[in-house]
Amino acid sequence: MERILTRWLDIPDIRRLDVYEANGGYQALRKALFDMKPEEIINEVKNSNLRGRGGAAFPTGTKWSFIPKDSKKPVYLCCNADESEPGTFANRYQLEFDPHQVLEGILIACRAVNAHVAYMYFRGEFTHQKRTVEGAIAEARAKGYIGKNIMGSGFDVEIYTHRGAGAYICGEETGLLESLEGKRAYPRNRPPFPAIQGAFGCPTVVNNVETLSNVPWIIKKGADWYRSIGPEKSPGPKLFCLSGHVNKPGLYELPMGFPLKDLIYDVGGGISDGRKLKAVIPGGASFPPFTAEEAEKVMMDFDSVRAAGSLMGTAGVMVMHDDTCMVDVLRTIAHFFHHESCGQCTPCREGCGWIEKLMIDMEAGRGKVSDLDVMLNVASNMEGNTICVLADSLAMPTRGFITKFRSEFEDHVRLGRCPFRDRDGRLAPPAHAAYQEGDHA
Amino acid sequence: MPKLTIDGKEIEVADGLNLIQAADQAGIEIPHYCYHPGLSIVGNCRMCLVEVEKAPKLQIACNTRVAEGMVVHTRSARTRTAQKAVLEFLLINHPIDCPVCDQAGECKLQDYYMDYDQQPSRFSLGKKNKKGKAIDIGSDVMLDQERCILCARCTRFFDEITHTSELAIFGRGDHNVIDHWPGKPINNKYAVNVVDICPVGALTEKDFRFRMRVWYLHRTPSVCAGCERGCSIDIHHHRGRVYRYKPRHNPDVNGYWMCDEGRHSFVALQSESRLTTPLFQSGDRMAAEGWQPALERAAARIMEIGRTSGANAIGAVIGAQATNEEAYALKRLVKTTIGSDRIAGLCWSPPDASGDDNLLIRANKNPNLRGLEALGISPQNLDQLSASVAAGQLKMLIVLRADLVRALGEQEFLKRFGALDYMLVLDTDANETGQMANQLWPIAAFPEIDGSFTNFKGRVQRLQSAFAPPGQALSAVEVIARLGRQLDGNERVGSAEAVFAEMAAEEPAFKGLSFGGLGPHGRDLVA
Ligand SMILES: Cc1cc2nc3c(=O)[nH]c(=O)nc-3n(C[C@H](O)[C@H](O)[C@H](O)COP(=O)(O)O)c2cc1C
Ligand code: SF4
Ligand code: SF4
Ligand code: SF4
Ligand code: FES
Repeated sequence: MERILTRWLDIPDIRRLDVYEANGGYQALRKALFDMKPEEIINEVKNSNLRGRGGAAFPTGTKWSFIPKDSKKPVYLCCNADESEPGTFANRYQLEFDPHQVLEGILIACRAVNAHVAYMYFRGEFTHQKRTVEGAIAEARAKGYIGKNIMGSGFDVEIYTHRGAGAYICGEETGLLESLEGKRAYPRNRPPFPAIQGAFGCPTVVNNVETLSNVPWIIKKGADWYRSIGPEKSPGPKLFCLSGHVNKPGLYELPMGFPLKDLIYDVGGGISDGRKLKAVIPGGASFPPFTAEEAEKVMMDFDSVRAAGSLMGTAGVMVMHDDTCMVDVLRTIAHFFHHESCGQCTPCREGCGWIEKLMIDMEAGRGKVSDLDVMLNVASNMEGNTICVLADSLAMPTRGFITKFRSEFEDHVRLGRCPFRDRDGRLAPPAHAAYQEGDHA
Repeated sequence: MPKLTIDGKEIEVADGLNLIQAADQAGIEIPHYCYHPGLSIVGNCRMCLVEVEKAPKLQIACNTRVAEGMVVHTRSARTRTAQKAVLEFLLINHPIDCPVCDQAGECKLQDYYMDYDQQPSRFSLGKKNKKGKAIDIGSDVMLDQERCILCARCTRFFDEITHTSELAIFGRGDHNVIDHWPGKPINNKYAVNVVDICPVGALTEKDFRFRMRVWYLHRTPSVCAGCERGCSIDIHHHRGRVYRYKPRHNPDVNGYWMCDEGRHSFVALQSESRLTTPLFQSGDRMAAEGWQPALERAAARIMEIGRTSGANAIGAVIGAQATNEEAYALKRLVKTTIGSDRIAGLCWSPPDASGDDNLLIRANKNPNLRGLEALGISPQNLDQLSASVAAGQLKMLIVLRADLVRALGEQEFLKRFGALDYMLVLDTDANETGQMANQLWPIAAFPEIDGSFTNFKGRVQRLQSAFAPPGQALSAVEVIARLGRQLDGNERVGSAEAVFAEMAAEEPAFKGLSFGGLGPHGRDLVA
């Protein structure tokens, strides 16, 4: 497959405007400004079946069509560059190595929803990426792609950059909007939806960096071309963040619907240390894991992963071999969500900490078998009952790990310690040279 | 007017209501913490989750508007599971120190636990998070961060009502705490409202802390006498003592709030200087006597002065602290029974008192100026009155709730009123004017009064007596009735209700109003 989202691998300097232009850059924007009406842009994106890459897989064209056509208030576009999901590292490369592709996507989206102001919300740690993008914005402005009367079309767009302070919840779209407005990133109740009342009370579209990067290609090559890549309902090129116990972890651009097995064994070079696969989380930390057996059969697109009982989320694929303690993994995940819950909703604020506390005991061999049922019940009391889906993001893996690897939890209780550690709580002597004692700690 | 069904009850309610309000109209309680009708909706506590048919997830009732044909279940198995879950979650890090918590007895954690949960926690006690306790956060407010359920009512109050944002949530997740900004404790004239709206014992009032268990308190609806706004309040009292005032919702006067000054105004009324028996001047001191001799003494003086100098030698000064009924009763006594038209009002606020603001507080600290004016008792007449004293035409003054000496200053008072032969003062305390009186009669203070005030916008509101006045003190209306009978032998009903009925019949401004008809929110003056 031709590379689309990772062209810097073929064209090293594509982050520079002249190189980007020489490779067809900003032609899609020209088309969108001069040859297409906003309605036509939205329809093209709708027909492409592009779905959001930020985690929720919502159809992008449909999201844009929710913006009121005759809004008396200004319309805003927010590019979500908060990328904080564990095991997820696609946007950071895109921003660093091909910023103009993101900017072109933003500008076309602005034209589609008639926004004249776009905000880019960067994760707190993305200082370098933000600087790169700001350089690209300056270049593009000098060439008349950003600012007043873009390319002589009469259409204006201003792009502002904003860096968060490093909380995961700032990536949730309404938390992002609150943070952008200068408040605590407390996600908002919906309704009202951002399309009606988003940033500063005005209609707003929030899209992920990767989502927007697909847009220039859809405009340039058409929806039919786009739909021909991967499955019809969940098409397009996709960035997979492969991490964990594989020989070649990294960022890979592959068509949607790529077999998970091939991702791990061919692209990823197989399981590290010659070990066997035990589990894979297909979409960051927020979703149930697949067992090795399940992983054999799954195709990596939104609908197939869902049908197999998990969600593809950000396509942060985390691979775990058979020397991995599933109890410790769930404890780590619980620690993450406990640490990152904004604390607004009672079930999430209290439930995440409760599960983590039980998991600390469980991993240390102090747990009880009945704790497993308590955790399953706590998870179900959290799920679907909160303002945003962070609560679900711990509930789902909790249920997934406990039901799929229950015997491992029971082993901890029976032995009174972690079977993967020695009696003093240190990791068992490494079966493989690369593994250092204390890595789990 | 959408029709909807809640727990099988079909109801029709106004458009735009949320499900908590709609259910309330059907007599169904949907438990809630963060929702407060006077504040914006944040939907964070999740206590109000209910099942709405056709919605896949449970919905928060506070953020769900009624819609035609909606079918809601507030007691279904799914709803109950969610309610129990939220309560269990809320309590896992809660200290449960009810025995030493002032909120106990009026705590929504206790109440809902009893109503909706009643199950032992599955969380082990040793693992609770520790946070700050008994923190002085400024004004009259104490904070216990461990008891806080992070409903954000207090922060919303300061954000949305006073627009001063003194409190905020700091930290993240279950380490979130309420606090003030570093180095900036609360300094706000409305601060104690956050104590009222805090659903648990996280915010308590310094003044009230550890003074009384709330289940001993009786509540009497009344009106704050702190300024001419006249906020609706509940008087919380026990055995003849006021322990606190709480604002009572009145959409036409004060909304859900009151100011801290008004809230603490009862303290002065319970001072040790309260009068408990009628006094009269005997040589250079005041001596006590019973009501009958006191009434006879006053009546004799009135008749004598009337005989020698004419009825117009007797006048009255009525403070804008008096109720409509008291003012009307004394006006009628002076005009009709005695036959004088020398009546003036007194309206005075301490010079250091707080000024008007754009929320509730009024610079005029007199609760019934508008009522006096409606009865034609004008403070402007005071100069005329003192001129007639100087001219030797006015010899005796009946002074009701009007501390002339304090208002005018002693020198000025003596210059203007020093030539009086006789002064009969009706008041609650032996104030400076009372100390110059020939007779000083003890009357009921605000928590003890039945009657009404007319606020500066013309709203006539009911005051209700919470308990009897101390000692032999009587309601001013009763005292005036007795004095009237002493003068002309006619029996009078000394009740506020009877006086109000007469006032409504006689006074154009009060036409058509009735005491009972004032209701909890009051009624507007006719003109
Ligand atoms: C807790 C939480 C964190 C999220 N973090 C991110 C993020 O870092 N980046 C992102 O693009 N979307 C994130 N999302 C998803 C956004 O809410 C939103 O769905 C997305 O930005 C929409 O863009 P898309 O339609 O292009 O996918 C997060 C969602 C949740 C619930
Ligand atoms: S679910 Fe959790 S993270 Fe999301 S708003 Fe509620 S408390 Fe915050
Ligand atoms: S807040 Fe309520 S439940 Fe908590 S300690 Fe006080 S009275 Fe008890
Ligand atoms: S202090 Fe009280 S009102 Fe404020 S957030 Fe906590 S529980 Fe709510
Ligand atoms: S009252 Fe509805 S969520 Fe708190």
